[in-house]
Amino acid sequence: MSDLAIIIRNMNKWYGKFHVLKNINMEVKVGEKIVVCGPSGSGKSTMIRCVNRLEEHQSGDIIVDGIELSDDLKSIDKVRAEVGMCFQHFNLFPHLTVLENCTIAPQWIRKVPQKEAEEAAMRYLERVKIADQALKYPGQLSGGQQQRVAIARSLCMEPKIMLFDEPTSALDPEMISEVLETMVNLAETGMTMVCVTHEMGFARSVADRVVFMDGGEIVEENVPEQFFSNPQMDRTQMFLEQIIRH
Amino acid sequence: MAKVFVPTPPSPPPNSSTPAIQWLKRNFFNSPFSIVMTLLSVYVIWSIVPFALNWAILDATWTGTDRTGCDANPDGACWAALRVRFWQVMLGRFYGANPEEIWRPLVIFALFVVIAYLLLSETLPGEYRLYLGGFALIVFPVLTYGLIHGGMFGLKVAATSQWGGFMLTLILAVGGIVLAFPLGIVLALGRRSSLPVVQWLSITFIEFWRANPLITILFMASNLLPLFLPSEIEVDKVARALVAITLFQSAYTAEAIRGGLASIPKGQFEAADSLGFKYHHTMGLIVLPQALKVSIPAIVNTFIALFKDTTLVGIVGLLDVFRMAQTVSRSTEWKGFDYETYIFSALIFFMCCYGMSRYSQSIERKLNREHKD
Ligand SMILES: Nc1ncnc2c1ncn2[C@@H]1O[C@H](COP(=O)(O)OP(=O)(O)OP(=O)(O)O)[C@@H](O)[C@H]1O
Ligand SMILES: [Mg+2]
Repeated sequence: MSDLAIIIRNMNKWYGKFHVLKNINMEVKVGEKIVVCGPSGSGKSTMIRCVNRLEEHQSGDIIVDGIELSDDLKSIDKVRAEVGMCFQHFNLFPHLTVLENCTIAPQWIRKVPQKEAEEAAMRYLERVKIADQALKYPGQLSGGQQQRVAIARSLCMEPKIMLFDEPTSALDPEMISEVLETMVNLAETGMTMVCVTHEMGFARSVADRVVFMDGGEIVEENVPEQFFSNPQMDRTQMFLEQIIRH
Repeated sequence: MAKVFVPTPPSPPPNSSTPAIQWLKRNFFNSPFSIVMTLLSVYVIWSIVPFALNWAILDATWTGTDRTGCDANPDGACWAALRVRFWQVMLGRFYGANPEEIWRPLVIFALFVVIAYLLLSETLPGEYRLYLGGFALIVFPVLTYGLIHGGMFGLKVAATSQWGGFMLTLILAVGGIVLAFPLGIVLALGRRSSLPVVQWLSITFIEFWRANPLITILFMASNLLPLFLPSEIEVDKVARALVAITLFQSAYTAEAIRGGLASIPKGQFEAADSLGFKYHHTMGLIVLPQALKVSIPAIVNTFIALFKDTTLVGIVGLLDVFRMAQTVSRSTEWKGFDYETYIFSALIFFMCCYGMSRYSQSIERKLNREHKD
């Protein structure tokens, strides 16, 4: 039980009448790296956003680090304290410096004294190789740099699980690799990670499992070698052919 | 083997000749219609300006302690009237009659200018601006009342019924906007709340004040309210006007701030949520600092409207700068010099409102620049 970081059981979600997520079942072990892929609109974002309750599911269970997500606000707070998230468009706070972006949450939520919070933030900024920009504002950084700051910002809350929603798809090609490198480094520290991404190179080298979604369902789930060389479902084959052609 | 790529060095743009003439052509002579309009305007200016200049400046009576000089010079303006009554028009009856006390409002005014400058320009680091903002909101109003009203520390009492002029205009307008500001924030957040009751209450409140003209509200505050209150409670006239103006202005401030809140992308809320922020953190640390900045031009615009509206307090018997100036040309001493007093109060309003409107434009330009980055 305790070696499972995330359990999703028979989870369903609707937007009005639209059935976005259909009977999702998934388990993520502590330290595991999962890559989620699938065509646009298949529900990948919606699924991982359910894990930290940015979206609410309507039936089934989601259990994160032993805490069941329910309407109870306490459980939501507890889960969010364990889970960090990176977004496609970074969503840094533009009115705060890079350093303040990283310290504001620890200072106000976990009541870490300013000096300690700043020291920790500098350590994480160091790790994502952007410490020299700490006093700049997000608007002064490139997309790749902003995304690395966003990763550092999440890490400053010392999460056990990190969620990534297409962290590189808003980036120019030249900046993708610096973000992926940061994610690979993070993976090496043993972090539990769920990444929605179409970077198949990253999936091959880092993922323990690849999950393929379409039409709100998990179509196929396999270790990377099997997933890429020997997909079981025709839908998966079609998808892989398409992204390889690009 | 690959060829070496040599980047082309930059060259200056082709230069355009005689920019001044081009500018004239583009702005004043770019079509037959605009040529006609330009010539017409030049003619109008030509026939008015010399006359106005002579009347207002060259032929005007600037000095004198009574009207004899002005009466002898009917073709020029009589600025002597306003010079003699200057402090009364600026500061009201009490300070007009007690020139040795005018340092009190002047000290407050100087402080006000310094605080406003420090808060609005970006010279102070954020932390100190926060402290100064707190000082301006809590200590400064008390200080203003204490010093201008007096009655303690051996200061002569200047009863609020004796307040007036530009000082009263400023107190009502600035007091109104400052008090309306926190109320406006609460109302704007309330209007966007997910709790239906809160939302409904906010909407009703905002729409009630927006649906009534300020003059009606002032009238109700001064004439109807006392009917409902027990007769031994007598609320000060200035205070009643200030409350009415505050409630009225809070609705407009709320709408301006709501515009700012709507401009904050959803991603900011999501990032805050994912970091574990609670509602008050998200709003106080992330959303409002950004939203308020965006709404400054809109708030300044509503403030300009309010500033001009303060002349309406005349109908409840308060003498703002316009009414105070009017009393000059209605006094037996200076009877008949109406143009001078109207022009004088128009100039004061023009300077204040034009300044604010330029300020709001510069903020807007700055925000646009920041958004492009
Ligand atoms: N708030 C919403 N209200 C209604 N429908 C929504 C909402 N958010 C998403 N959807 C719909 O739900 C479906 C799944 O969306 P989701 O964003 O999870 O897809 P995705 O797999 O992440 O796609 P992409 O690769 O484009 O990001 C889409 O059809 C989308 O139109
Ligand atoms: Mg998505």
